[in-house]
Parts: sequence; structure tokens; C-alpha cells
Amino acid sequence: MAALNVSGLKKRYGDSEVVAGLSFAVEPGTCFGLLGPNGAGKTTTLRLCLGLTAPDAGDITLAGRSIPADAQVARAKVGVVPQFDNLDPDFTCAENLLVFGRYFGLKDADVRQRIPSLLEFASLTSKADARIATLSGGMKRRLTLARALVADPDIVFLDEPTTGLDPQARHLIWERLKKLKSAGKTLILTTHFMDEAERLCDRLIVIDHGRKIAEGSPRELIAAHIEPQVVEVFDEAAGTLPAFVDAHRQLADQVEQSGETAFFYCRDPQPLLAALAGADGLRYVHRASNLEDVFIKLTGRELRD
Amino acid sequence: MNRPGFFPVWQRNFLVWKKLALPSILGNLADPLIYMLGLGYGLGAMLPEIGGQPYIAFLAAGTICASTMNAATFEALYSSFSRMHVQKTWDAILNTPLGLTDVVAGELFWAATKSFFSGCAILVVVTVMGLTNGPLALFILPAIVLTGLAFAALGLIWNALAPSYDFFMYYFTLFITPMTLISGVFFPTDQLPGWLALIGAWLPLAQGVALVRPLLAGEVPTDIALHVGVLLATTAIAFVIALRLTRRRLLK
Repeated sequence: MAALNVSGLKKRYGDSEVVAGLSFAVEPGTCFGLLGPNGAGKTTTLRLCLGLTAPDAGDITLAGRSIPADAQVARAKVGVVPQFDNLDPDFTCAENLLVFGRYFGLKDADVRQRIPSLLEFASLTSKADARIATLSGGMKRRLTLARALVADPDIVFLDEPTTGLDPQARHLIWERLKKLKSAGKTLILTTHFMDEAERLCDRLIVIDHGRKIAEGSPRELIAAHIEPQVVEVFDEAAGTLPAFVDAHRQLADQVEQSGETAFFYCRDPQPLLAALAGADGLRYVHRASNLEDVFIKLTGRELRD
Repeated sequence: MNRPGFFPVWQRNFLVWKKLALPSILGNLADPLIYMLGLGYGLGAMLPEIGGQPYIAFLAAGTICASTMNAATFEALYSSFSRMHVQKTWDAILNTPLGLTDVVAGELFWAATKSFFSGCAILVVVTVMGLTNGPLALFILPAIVLTGLAFAALGLIWNALAPSYDFFMYYFTLFITPMTLISGVFFPTDQLPGWLALIGAWLPLAQGVALVRPLLAGEVPTDIALHVGVLLATTAIAFVIALRLTRRRLLK
């Protein structure tokens, strides 16, 4: 049985259909990614799955319970790391965990027993009695993750868990999330960091305007939507890039230009690299194509606000 | 697993309060006491007895109720709004097995608890001043609870509607302050035009005063069931409205 099953989900606010007929399933013990540009409907989808708002149409089953009817029962098996930290500023780290455990109906003695290992998991052992205001952004995120684990959930929802963190803090979170997955937890993650999704997710869907526009493992998506190699060419001096693109367009399977950069998507980049070796005023990067290339191909380059 | 209900929400607020309990009680006590002593002795010296009791005794009963009302109102407006809107504490709780009913009920009982501390603190001072008359004064405690619950529930309605802290000023200037003046806190309502006194008599503050004033004087209040009933009905109806409005605000 799927940890989370969503079918035909719809939600409308006023004139805009924020979720427009979404279906997906998350297998237990896997990490599932919900990707999409800002305003694609990711957070609304999570709220619907947690029973925090009622859908206009569709069915949701979470941890074997029907949502929203049995949402409170289902949430006993679920931990949530929200997009914006909402730790309790009046409490210490340890008190935050204790108070949160009570919301799950846990006994104080049981939570107190779990607190040291939760703090250790979050690398916050030395901060047990520290006030929230004294924590860095990364520490707060880690405490929020520990808080989500207070009732030993089967499923953990993470809404943009590393937004606003420095690289060190992000890597630590990723490492912890991998640990959770190997401990058998189901992770459901929204992000717009494609490297994060590529590292963590077994399967993912890309949504835009409330609709699913792609689904698969990161590798499948890259293989299905884009050539395996990318050469990014930058204009260093002025003006030689357009002429170069016109002259060498046929060396790539696809070429895309964005400002001062041209993206050549190729199966065999060697002829293009040879041509670039002799080109003046151009810099280039040759790399394997990644999920970000797929994402931009699917959702376009225009800004989303 | 047992469903914990509203209690952990109440407990959370109590734990925060415990950290600042003494300054909180003293802060809540100072303002009403200054008014009571200043008006009671200053103004009272120029006044004849009211209904057979000195003005300070008359005012003491009103002060117990008004300070209960104010404490419940402040908690249900400013403090609940901080937790709901600024700190997003309610959002965090709603991600757990608790539901919005638990959250709003926890806030209701907490605001009532805090107002109970305030009302009791005034009652203790009033007792020390020798203004209580016999053991009937003990029944003031449940009257404080009922008054606190009613104003906590009413405050939560306004909390659910508030776009920002500024909005709460309207609640005080349009509702709380006029009500204080026509509910017999500072002076008997028979000083008012008949229609205004009639409106005042049905407001929840007047119900509290109607219970507390005779109890303080050592008498059994009249129409106890009516006053208790109005306070309980206010609590129940206001809670249902507050819950519905909060649901519309947070879970749309």
C-alpha cells in the first residue's frame, strides 16, 4: 500500500485553479519529490495531503487513512518540516521537543527519554538549553527536523527544507535525510533546488500551474527529456556569441540562448568543443546535463513571482 | 494512541507564563489597583454610601470583574494573535494530530485561566483591605471563571477577524470601554437613562458584576441562574463563532 496516494486532486481559490487534477503515489520507504516553480501549487498540495484544507475534488489516502476525514488520526504517523520555521521562541530546544511531543499525546517521560537522541540527530546536543533566538538558520532547520521526528513518524513531509541555508548546513540536512530514508521512513519533499532533488529523490513529479507535467526518477527524466551533454557558452568580449551560435547550430541537437549564454544540448559534444577551442572572446563549460536543465526545459526560463 | 485534545495547548501557554509569572501578576495587578484606590478613596471621600456600602467596597466588586474582563480580553487578542499570526505557533500545532477545535479551545481556557489569576489577585487585595464579608466571598471564584470564559470567547472572535494588532484598539474603544461604563463597575446603572441601563444589564460584564457585588457584601445574589446562564451562553455561542471564523482564516 502506498504511503500517500493522491488521485484527481483539485483545489480552486477564487478564479485560479491552484491544483488542477493532480494524481501521484508515494511508495513507503522512498523519497518523493514535488518540484515546480514558485506558485506551481506545491505548498497547497502539501496542505491538502495533511488535511489542512479541503479539496474541491479528488481523493487522498495518507498512512492508510482517508484525508481530510481522518486527517488527525493520519497525522499521528506523520512529521512535518514547514517551509518557514515556527519553533516556539519562548522555549529552549529541549522544551520545544517536549511541548511538541505532548501534541502527539506522548507522555513527558517518554519524550524526555527521546530528547537526547533527537538532539544528537540534529547535531544540537550542546544546545539543549539554548533559546531559539540564539540559534543560526541551519540549527533552527535541524531542530525543526528533530521536532518533526518526535513521535517517530513513518512519513515526513519537508517543504523546501534547505531554502536559505548555506552549503554546509544544506549538506548536513541532506545527510540526515538520507539517514532517515535508510531507516525506512518515507520522505515527501518539495524543493526548487534541482541538485537537492537529484541527490535525494527516488521519484519525483514536476508540477506547473497545478498540473503534473513530468514524472519519473531523476535519471529517467533526464534521459527522457534532454540530451546527455550540455555545453554552456558565455560571451566574454562583446558580440561574438550570436555569430558563433549561427555558425555552429548544427553541431548540437538543441540550442537555447538566454542573455549572454548559449546552451548547446548534444549527444556528442566533441565537434562543438573543437570549434570552441579556436573561438575568440568565448568562455565555455562542458558538463553532463542535469535535472535543472530538464526543469527549465519543462517550465520555461521566464521568472515566476 | 490517546487523543490529547486541547490540554497540551493550554499547557504550552501555561509553561510560557510560568517563566514570567511574577512580573505578569504584578503587572496585571498594578493598574486596576491604582484606579480602585485612587477613585475609591479620592472620589469615595466625597460620595455618600451606595446601597448601604462605602464607595470603595462598591468599586472593589466592579474592579474584580473589570480586571478579569481585561485580562481575558488582552490574552485572547494580543497574545493569541501573536501565537496565531506572528509566531505561527498554531500552524505548527495543526501539523500534529491536534485540530483547530483543540487549538481554539486551548486558547479559550488559557485566556480564562489567566484572567482567573488576575481576578483572584484583586480579590486577595480586597480581602486584605477588609472589604469581604464572610465565606460567601468564596463563590466569587466561580463567578470570575465564568466572566473570564465569556470574555476570552468574545476576544477570540475579534482575534479571528484581525488583520493586525491595530485592529484591537477598535474592540476596546467600541466595546470594552463603553461596556465598562454602563455595566455598573464605577457607578450604579440607575444613574443612566433607562434604555442605556437596560442594554448594559444584558452585557456580560454586568452579569459578572451582578454576581460578584452581592457576594462581596456577604449576600446571596438574585437571579443567579439567569446571570450564570447568560455568561455560559455567551461563552458557548462566541466560541462557536470564533472557531468558525478562525477555520475560515487558517484552513481555507
